[in-house]
Amino acid sequence: MAAITLIEAVNAAMAYELENDQDVVLFGEDVGKNGGVFRATDGLQKKYGTERVIDTPLAESMIAGLAIGMAAQGMKPIAEMQFMGFIFPAVDQIFCHAARMRHRTKGRLSAPMVIRAPFGGGIHAPEHHSESTEALFSHIPGLKVVIPSNPSRAYGLMLAAIRDPDPVIFLEPKRVYRIVKHEVEDNGEEYPLEACFVDREGSDITLISWGAMMHETLQAADKLAAEGVDAEVIDVATVSPIDMDTILESVEKTGRACIIQEAPKSGSVGSEIAAEIAEKAVLSLLAPIGRVSGYDTVMPYYRLEKQYMPSVDRILDEVRTIMEYK
Amino acid sequence: MTTTTVASFEIKYHQYLDANGKPTKDIPEFAKDMNTMRQLYRDMYKLRVFDAKAYALQRTGKMGTYPASLGQEAIGIGYGDAMTKEDVLIPYYRSTGGLLKHGVTMEEILLYWGGDEAGSNYSVAKDDFPICVPIANQIIHASGVAKAIQMRKQKRAVVTEIGEGGTSEGDFYEGVNVAGIWNLGAVFFINNNQWAISVPTEIQTACETYAQKAIAAGVEGIQVDGNDIIAVREVANYALEKARNGGGPTVIEAITYRLCDHTTADDASRYDDPKVKEDAWKNEPLVRLRKYLEKNKAWSDEDEEKMKEEVAKEVEAAVKAYDEAPKPRPEEMFDHLYAELPELTKPQREAAIKRGAK
Repeated sequence: MAAITLIEAVNAAMAYELENDQDVVLFGEDVGKNGGVFRATDGLQKKYGTERVIDTPLAESMIAGLAIGMAAQGMKPIAEMQFMGFIFPAVDQIFCHAARMRHRTKGRLSAPMVIRAPFGGGIHAPEHHSESTEALFSHIPGLKVVIPSNPSRAYGLMLAAIRDPDPVIFLEPKRVYRIVKHEVEDNGEEYPLEACFVDREGSDITLISWGAMMHETLQAADKLAAEGVDAEVIDVATVSPIDMDTILESVEKTGRACIIQEAPKSGSVGSEIAAEIAEKAVLSLLAPIGRVSGYDTVMPYYRLEKQYMPSVDRILDEVRTIMEYK
Repeated sequence: MTTTTVASFEIKYHQYLDANGKPTKDIPEFAKDMNTMRQLYRDMYKLRVFDAKAYALQRTGKMGTYPASLGQEAIGIGYGDAMTKEDVLIPYYRSTGGLLKHGVTMEEILLYWGGDEAGSNYSVAKDDFPICVPIANQIIHASGVAKAIQMRKQKRAVVTEIGEGGTSEGDFYEGVNVAGIWNLGAVFFINNNQWAISVPTEIQTACETYAQKAIAAGVEGIQVDGNDIIAVREVANYALEKARNGGGPTVIEAITYRLCDHTTADDASRYDDPKVKEDAWKNEPLVRLRKYLEKNKAWSDEDEEKMKEEVAKEVEAAVKAYDEAPKPRPEEMFDHLYAELPELTKPQREAAIKRGAK
């Protein structure tokens, strides 16, 4: 067992499935010899050959459309979008075909595939490299949207995503690709999709987050503990379809909820979680639901990204307001 | 300026029968078999009758929007006849001829355009894709299916079809390009019926041919008289054999004329020149093949009458089956959304069942 980073865990999970399932095939731009621009596929082409780890021409719609064709023939494609900001040409294929193939053929054909994309801000990247647009995909029935927050989850959730019979958009928070290491046993054990993880138990407030923001959220929870506020922290992990049961159970216990996300506030995954809580647990609430989000602005170029992204301080401010509500 | 030619290209045009059914060059072997040719005539005629019936169903409120193939019957029937059941068809909305030839039933096609996904749950052509409605996406699907077939070392061809307007989409180039690089066993038919709804070729491209769009992807591009079923069948057979045997992809531009509206929701009289259309009627594929059959003493008025009677019965039987098909239940919206319905969505399914057909 070795301590590995989130990106190494993604690599290990894909390698495990390439090794154990001959139907798995991996492709995208620069994923072969170069091992991906972030090195997510490092060494995989050397080990599994150019037939199964394939450099494609530079065309995102084509990458998604190929995956649909291959999946319909029973293969299990893992397709990489180099950055989520470049996924939009592929949206046509993902929404119109991947998400609907099972439905529109009454189950005769399906489109099991993983579309991976690094996403989110905080690494001083060029324009179009830092957005968090998970809500666009969460809105589409037929898709699953999974966001790991740490190395062990990246490993277990990636395995589940590859094995899932339906298309999974697997969004990798690149800001935390290498900030922590976990001891991850490469044993092929998956984590369930459509299940939240309770990372910290508490009784005063439920903090709900996913992806990179889980790190700020957990830091905030530690600081709150020092202030005498006992926060429960939930990692949503699969942002569509959401495991609302775990969230509702927690909110019913704590009576307070704060949702923390990097994405813009309006029409977001956080909006959906807030609406579900309001619909199903409003009578358990001791205070209005709080939200800490990116602003409803264009993701700024990197000189302002620190000001755009929720910080530990912004989370603390919001939680204190919720706790003071009478 | 002194230059060197580093590459040059040409596009070949194929035709065997002129508009009067007269051979313009040596007829290929298969077309000398009059049983084969009689069958192809019957297939094209059936498609024409089926289209007319579908139009009537739409006009009487018994079916939704429908795109006919009038004047373009030789394309789908031609490539469909060259396909084996192991080959895969990735159809678009005007691939009715190809679908029928590949085993999709008239009832299934009616059910599809009648608003029920059950029509895409093909009983025979199990690997064929449902009809692609968004333009050009199917081109890439064909390459994806062909890639899977290549990886599994199977001898199967993949056929897809697109309108000439669809070749302006990025997906057309992306799909053909990757097929060229990977030497995939895919055949891309372009139904050049002169119209993308109301937009004619001069607004669609500056190219002399649509077939030459293949050249930019390093793929063989062929042009064929799309109203000459012998030519369509012959080039389809060439491209499919090539695809099955590792010879790579082919783009085939079949030139025809859309004698009908784009769909039942369109009115071509707003933009089509009646004189041009009148001339196009002289070129249509059924008359041409009938003349060829008659010249070979392989068709008579009695044959024609008998065929009309039989086809009318077949089509009527399909319409009856369509009429009697069970209506979809509300829960079917949920039942094939995922392999397993998410917990969050289950109460919606229950609610839909409770409300029933109201």
